[in-house]
Amino acid sequence: MATDYKALKNGGFMRQKQKDRFSLRLKVVGGQLTAEQLRTVTEAAETYGQGYVHLTSRQGLEIPFVKLADVENIRQVLAKGGVETGVCGPRVRTVTACQGSDICPSGCIETMTLARTLSDRYYGRQLPHKFKFGITGCQNNCLKAEENDMGIKGGLIIHWLAEPCTFCGVCAKACREKAIVVTEDKVEVDRAKCNHCGRCVKSCPTEAWQGQPGYLLSFGGLFGNKIERGLELTPITGDLNAVLKVSDATLDFFSTYGRAGERFRFSIERTGWETLAQTVKEAAANA
Amino acid sequence: MPNKTLPPPDSTVDITEVVCPVTFVKVKVALDDLEPGQILSVRLNDGEPVENVPRSLKDEGHRVLKLSANGDGTYNLLVEKGQE
Ligand code: SF4
Ligand code: SF4
Ligand code: SF4
Repeated sequence: MATDYKALKNGGFMRQKQKDRFSLRLKVVGGQLTAEQLRTVTEAAETYGQGYVHLTSRQGLEIPFVKLADVENIRQVLAKGGVETGVCGPRVRTVTACQGSDICPSGCIETMTLARTLSDRYYGRQLPHKFKFGITGCQNNCLKAEENDMGIKGGLIIHWLAEPCTFCGVCAKACREKAIVVTEDKVEVDRAKCNHCGRCVKSCPTEAWQGQPGYLLSFGGLFGNKIERGLELTPITGDLNAVLKVSDATLDFFSTYGRAGERFRFSIERTGWETLAQTVKEAAANA
Repeated sequence: MPNKTLPPPDSTVDITEVVCPVTFVKVKVALDDLEPGQILSVRLNDGEPVENVPRSLKDEGHRVLKLSANGDGTYNLLVEKGQE
């Protein structure tokens, strides 16, 4: 029987240099696995691999040295323990995320729910080339949003209330963008300098700074053979539905204009950034 | 609500000679010696400490009253100890 490497690759079986051995990629969303899933992975790695796993650069997990003959068996063992195999090839890859505002004191948005939403919506969807989503909870950018084909970064849309303010001066120093000036009886913010980091909100002792969670989106990032930083095309939005409409439109754009084997960045450059910007703006406006 | 008349501190601590995480530990130890409602004055450096110490104190449940520049690159932070 001729081996169908292509079909294998859809299921996350990465061919190794060793004959008939595969490094089996597992599905991970937002970098989290339950203890139960880990036990299953342990069992699978001991039975079908060489008793170890490899952690990939994008929060993925692979079990190396799986034999071709064991492919179905290992799949079943994993499935029983709630672990799915991953994907490779020209499709939507692992959605990565930091722990976000549920766990991290700096977090501006909930990242895990969003990661699951995006993964459920798009994971494995076939496109002209691979497509990566990355979600990072704030400007600290632990998850490197702009490396991704579409990056999502949390921010806060800030609003100052005069009444609770004691003019203590803390926010002016907490702001690294030097966007805030505090005087005896006034707090002024230069909106053009504000990058939505939320440090004023987090540091204000009296809650005079209020912040609404917002999403900063970047497009066309690459960090492989070619390195390009994803670019922002729209202002911050506090509307999660708009984010989903924009990601829908972005993938549709890639399906429509991308050529097989061409990374999203180059499809954008060939089609024109303006065309994508227009698509993205319309999608956000119609949300 | 400008807070112009601030009470004098009950204690002071200088964290300009130490770095993270000792900065926070020193402040915590100084606060341990105070009763809730008493006030600590913290002398701290520009940059990382002045950006982050007020916020960690807030997260720990203390009330930051005032941050003022000393004019020599250091700052003074007045903080009221929160309830245990
Ligand atoms: S990016 Fe922000 S929210 Fe996410 S882990 Fe880093 S500091 Fe925390
Ligand atoms: S940190 Fe809060 S209370 Fe202090 S000056 Fe800024 S807004 Fe006012
Ligand atoms: S959100 Fe960040 S950049 Fe904007 S004013 Fe507040 S501290 Fe400064």
